[in-house]
Formats: sequence, structure tokens, C-alpha cells
Amino acid sequence: MKARITVTLKPSVLDPQGKAIEGALHALEVPGIKGVRQGKVFDIDMDDMAPDAATSALKAAAEKLLANLIVETYRIELV
Amino acid sequence: MKAAIITFPGSNREGDVFRALADVTGHKPVHVWHADYELPPGTDLVVLPGGFAYGDYLRCGAIAGRAHIMQAVKAHAARGGLVLGICNGFQILVESGLLPGVLMRNANLRFVCKMQHLRVERADTPFTRAYKQNQVIKVCIAHGEGNYIADAETIARLEGEGLVAFRYCDGAGKVGGAANPNGSLHDIAGIYSADRKVLGLMPHPENLIDPLVGGIDGRGLFTSLMAA
Repeated sequence: MKARITVTLKPSVLDPQGKAIEGALHALEVPGIKGVRQGKVFDIDMDDMAPDAATSALKAAAEKLLANLIVETYRIELV
Repeated sequence: MKAAIITFPGSNREGDVFRALADVTGHKPVHVWHADYELPPGTDLVVLPGGFAYGDYLRCGAIAGRAHIMQAVKAHAARGGLVLGICNGFQILVESGLLPGVLMRNANLRFVCKMQHLRVERADTPFTRAYKQNQVIKVCIAHGEGNYIADAETIARLEGEGLVAFRYCDGAGKVGGAANPNGSLHDIAGIYSADRKVLGLMPHPENLIDPLVGGIDGRGLFTSLMAA
């Protein structure tokens, strides 16, 4: 089975990279851009298991390594 | 004073730290590979050197902070052993949980590599006793992710318990404004653990030990450790 974990900075944390990208998009005159926050996506291939067990394993992956919970949050999707 | 320097894949200042320790203390440190499980018996000081451990993959220090040897480093710290993390070593210390907070991308998004003044906040720790309190020293910095951030409660605790080790300042010791090279909260350049036995700092005192290369203001840190 496959899963995706998306890690993003907490809304309260300044994201200078996102700001720089936002500025570049404005410079390219892409219409309608109000704000950009940069994050990371992890596409994970894992053994088949019950959704609860998979979510629990992915939560462990996110909290032990993939996200730094001081400044980041994460979202798990089973796909 | 027996020192062990941990080398991770991508560390690149382990030789500089070796030279600084050997030159100042007269004792040659031991190199320890990151995949080892144990520190040499009788280790007094563990050094996590600068560099780009694991290529800074995921986040700076994230993977190194979870390497096998870090369990031994945590046990060493729990016994009251000294731990010094410089630059990437500081990032590894916060990622491993040995120090609080996080080092974010520099506020101006630039890698900064330059000489920098620091104010020594206290001179009664194993790392700073050869300095004077509020002494201004000139060392170098070289980092892209040195912007120290922590929640308000943690910052209040660091300040309240006197756990800020060094602050960025100008040549006169004035903090703030342009003297802060990376946006760090409270101009923090380095912090201690609660027992002041673990020190993490972004600047590189190990590179300022020889007048040939621009100054010797970094020697005090290693002189201090000699008595440890």
C-alpha cells in the first residue's frame, strides 16, 4: 500500500523560502497568488495492513523523524 | 581531559576541532565514527563538529541526531559528561533533543560566512571559565541555518535560568540590529543545557586558535575545557 505524509511549517512560523517563492511568482505576473508556504512531501510504500495500523505507523514516522514538531505539522493520507 | 570527536558522513570540521583540542590542551582527542555504539571508556568531553552531516538531508542534523552513537552521547550527558556541538553539531544537539529549540534557515536566506563578534554571557561554566563575563570575542561564523527559534516558554526559561551562552553583538558588545547575522531570537548564538554541561553554538571558536589565521579569541573555550 501507499501513503503520503505532507510536512509543513506551523502557521505561526515565518517561512522565508515561501515568501521568496511568492515574490518570484509575483515577478512572473502569475495572477491571483496571495501567499505561498513551502513544505515537504514523503511518498511512502509500505506493507499492506489495516488502515488504523498503517496510520499509527505513519504517525510514528512523522513524529520520530519526518517532522520537527517544534516548528512543523504533518498530514497523513492513505492512498 | 579525554575528548572524543564524533564524525558523521558529511562532517568537515572534525580536523579543526582535533587540532584546537590537541594544540590547546596538549591531549589528542579520539575520533569516533557515527555508526559506533559506544564512546571510548573514560571520555570526559564529546564534540559534535561542524559540517553537513548526511548532506543536511531532511533537516540539518535530523538524521545525525538519531544515529546510533547519539544514544551513547545522551547517556554520557545524563551522567553529567560534557558535550560540545559546534555549528552543524549544534543543529544535531537540538534535533536529538539534548538542547531545546530549532535552528531555522537564516532570516535573510543567505549562507553567512564572516567574522563575527560574540558576547560571553557567563564565565563560570566548564566551557567559558577562561573568559570574562560580558567579554566580547571575535570568531567566525559559516552557516545557512543558524536562526535560533524556540517557543516563548523555552526562551523565557533559557533567559531566566541563565542558559544563553553567547550572543551575537558588535565590536563594542552591543546586541541587536545589524549585529545579528541570522535572525536568531534574543541574538542567541549558543545555549547550555540546564546543568550547563552541554553547549551548542553556531560560531566556530576552533578556527580562531592561531594568530596566523586571524586571531586567537577561540582558544579560551578550549583552555576552559582543559581544566574539565
